[in-house]
Amino acid sequence: MLKKLFVGALGLALCGVALAAEWNLQPAASKIAEDIHWLHEAVMVLVVVLFVGVFGFMFWSCYAHRKSVGHKADQFHENTTVEVIWTVVPALILVLIAWPVTKVVIAQKDTANPDLTIKVTGIQWKWAYDYLKGEGEGISFVSTLATPRAQIENREAKGENYLLEVDNELVVPVGKKVRMLTTAADVIHSWWVPAFGAKQDAIPGFIRDIWFTPTKTGTYRSQCVELCGKDHGFMPIVVRVVSQEDYTKWVGEQKQLLAKAAEDETKTYTLAELKSRGEKVYAANCVACHQANGKGVPPAFPALDGSKLVLGPKDAQIDVILNGVTKNGTPTAMAAFGKQLSNAELAAVITYTRNNWGNSTGEAVQPADIKARRK
Amino acid sequence: MSAVVDTHGHEHGHGDHHGGYGGIMRWVTTTNHKDIGTMYLWFSFVMFMVGGIMALVIRAELFSPGLQIVDPDFFNQMTTMHGLIMVFGAIMPAFVGFANWLIPMQIGAPDMAFARMNNWSFWILPFAGALLIISFFTPGGAPGVGWTLYAPLTVQMGIGMDLTIFAVHLLGMSSIMGSINIVTTILNMRAPGMTLMRMPLFCWTWLITAYLLIAVMPVLAGAVTMTLTDRHFGTSFFNAAGGGDPVLYQHIFWFFGHPEVYIIALPAFGVVSQILPAFSRKPLFGYASMVYATSAIAILSFIVWAHHMYTVGMPVTGQLFFMYATTLIAVPTGVKVFNWVATMWKGSLTFETPMLFACGFLFLFTLGGFTGLVLSLVPIDIQLHDTYYVVAHFHYVMVAGALFAAFGGVYFWLPKWTGRMYDETLGKWHFWLTMIFFNVTFFVQHFSGLAGMPRRIPDYPLMFETWNKISSIGAFGFGLSQLLFLYVVLKCIRSGPKAADKPWEGADSLEWTHLPTPAPYHTFDPQPDLR
Repeated sequence: MLKKLFVGALGLALCGVALAAEWNLQPAASKIAEDIHWLHEAVMVLVVVLFVGVFGFMFWSCYAHRKSVGHKADQFHENTTVEVIWTVVPALILVLIAWPVTKVVIAQKDTANPDLTIKVTGIQWKWAYDYLKGEGEGISFVSTLATPRAQIENREAKGENYLLEVDNELVVPVGKKVRMLTTAADVIHSWWVPAFGAKQDAIPGFIRDIWFTPTKTGTYRSQCVELCGKDHGFMPIVVRVVSQEDYTKWVGEQKQLLAKAAEDETKTYTLAELKSRGEKVYAANCVACHQANGKGVPPAFPALDGSKLVLGPKDAQIDVILNGVTKNGTPTAMAAFGKQLSNAELAAVITYTRNNWGNSTGEAVQPADIKARRK
Repeated sequence: MSAVVDTHGHEHGHGDHHGGYGGIMRWVTTTNHKDIGTMYLWFSFVMFMVGGIMALVIRAELFSPGLQIVDPDFFNQMTTMHGLIMVFGAIMPAFVGFANWLIPMQIGAPDMAFARMNNWSFWILPFAGALLIISFFTPGGAPGVGWTLYAPLTVQMGIGMDLTIFAVHLLGMSSIMGSINIVTTILNMRAPGMTLMRMPLFCWTWLITAYLLIAVMPVLAGAVTMTLTDRHFGTSFFNAAGGGDPVLYQHIFWFFGHPEVYIIALPAFGVVSQILPAFSRKPLFGYASMVYATSAIAILSFIVWAHHMYTVGMPVTGQLFFMYATTLIAVPTGVKVFNWVATMWKGSLTFETPMLFACGFLFLFTLGGFTGLVLSLVPIDIQLHDTYYVVAHFHYVMVAGALFAAFGGVYFWLPKWTGRMYDETLGKWHFWLTMIFFNVTFFVQHFSGLAGMPRRIPDYPLMFETWNKISSIGAFGFGLSQLLFLYVVLKCIRSGPKAADKPWEGADSLEWTHLPTPAPYHTFDPQPDLR
């Protein structure tokens, strides 16, 4: 009885370890990912066989051909037949592997005839999605890390999807071919969803493409996989695959939100309204560099608290945030937010910075002010 | 082979002189290949410690999810400098040190061909190393862009980036001069009768490595110079807005970077090809095919660079070409592994520390080769690119490959260099600790990589925690084990028992058969006649 309990407990403990420590490729949710899994397993079998073969010889030699057991050294040092065999056989094995692999490579590159085309732009350190063609055309949003700073700085317990959660998830319908166009606004990023076997660098100034057809509904999580500066580790990718009906419903909701946002652009707000909205915008877009206390990390990321720019005429600050800062024609870490945020959001966050910490201009910047500075 | 040549008489004739100076000036002004080799080896060990401390900072931060010890910016600086210092400061100079000590002795030459240039090749290095370290103390710190220095992230960095670029220039100059010296020495200064196909394999691998260095170091210099002018002089080599292309940088970098992998690996192959026959008491199997396989690897290394870039969005034909070319490398590499195993087969094996490291090399380097085969296949690589699987793969090749071979080489030649034996028991301890902790550190990284952990991140999702904890524990064990190595070497130099002229029964190259132990300050003047 005791023994059974012990074995059971051990089994449970081992299950716990296996669950906590993922050690293989994530479960596939597309045909390509399944093919990749299959290829990987086939190659692993081959590798293990070769490994056991080669090192079987080596370890046998280490065991049986020791001087300490009195083995005398043979003096042979070449054998043309053997040498030809171990050159030709590996070459033939490579040809055998090449065939199935080539088929997958060609399939992976075939981005023709998609049902839905979405552009994804890597920005330090978030992703912007634009639905370009297919159902949902015109939807556009920015997707930012939703994990609170307090969790990252160990002041709060970490949630289940720590670092793998975003404010706006990419939503796509199941069973439809999705073509992703990748590009970037500043430096190279890389967009990856392991479950779809889809990874493509996002290169500033160029458009590249990949595709995937999700085969199962669910939420798939990943991260940027090309070093892109300070917060490279904090720009997750979350894709929610939903049924066709749910997708149509989601598209409807997004269109309503877009209509409401358009309305917001023309309103005039109070200082308090702007500040409270601005705080949220700041937390999502600015806090990583300029910090919650507005002190920044000089010299790379300047302080906003007490900044001449923030306390000076509002137009100058609006220009910097709309267009970013460039050095020698290349964007710096201060990105252009003009295309990422709406006039209302920009007005809110600028008002927030001008009336927070030690800053108190008492001035409310309105969406109309932003609109006036847009070129 | 003839009996030991008595160089003692010659030695006494000139006195036991170390050039014109004593003390520190002896080392600053020396043109002796043995002194310079020693300096290279100590320099690389210091850099190995500096780069190792950076690795431990990385592993300490990654012990738990969340940000604990360093901020993400400094973390990126650590990963960048760890890579640059280990590749350019530790591994490459270590093998140049071996080349300086051994090539003249193995081919029966009195010294390197260009003795003064040899001095300069070395003395550039400390300045390059200093520039890399100083970059931490500039505004904005050292560059946090990864050792590959990808554009356009490099444009966002502070003045530390410029110091790093100059350091890379200096390191490149040093490597090119060292290589020209090695090529000239091997081609022109062999003793009569030492034909090319009689040379120890270590000389062969270095001859080929030197050609690789001369071919690709200028390419790297070009890449970083373009980065410099993009940063400061308004050029747009890597900026699409000005008609450039960020991917161009990657093509240029990896045209250097892939041969660089073999620049590091080939001398290690050479060292192992000296050690395995010596302790198997049996000639190297397939000497000629080893030479041809080494050459084939070197030539193929020029046409596979874009396998580091499968995810940049190459056309399908490009991906297929680079995939086929890459898998081809498995053939000559396989030949080498089979030859090594055949060398051991039916030998009369003993397992002193050099042999343990050579066997460890053979076992783990081959494992790294297998993961290389996995990564060479485009669809699998697209899944694993820029994950910890790649980190595990190249540490199996760089650490278990190059570093293990270097350790083996140090233990193998230490008696010849110092005239004293190291402590065999402690040497074996060093091997087993290194072997175990290396695998604890890096084997688990295959798993975190497969599960999807990106490389170069200071913080990670909870599902990767177990492997990272294990890896961090292994890293600290690995790091501490290297202090034992330092102790063994110092103990050997200060108080080791006197070593025989030929302490290894099966060793058969000239430094063992024709020279006393320790090797005198000047050797093979005049050259031995080996016809």
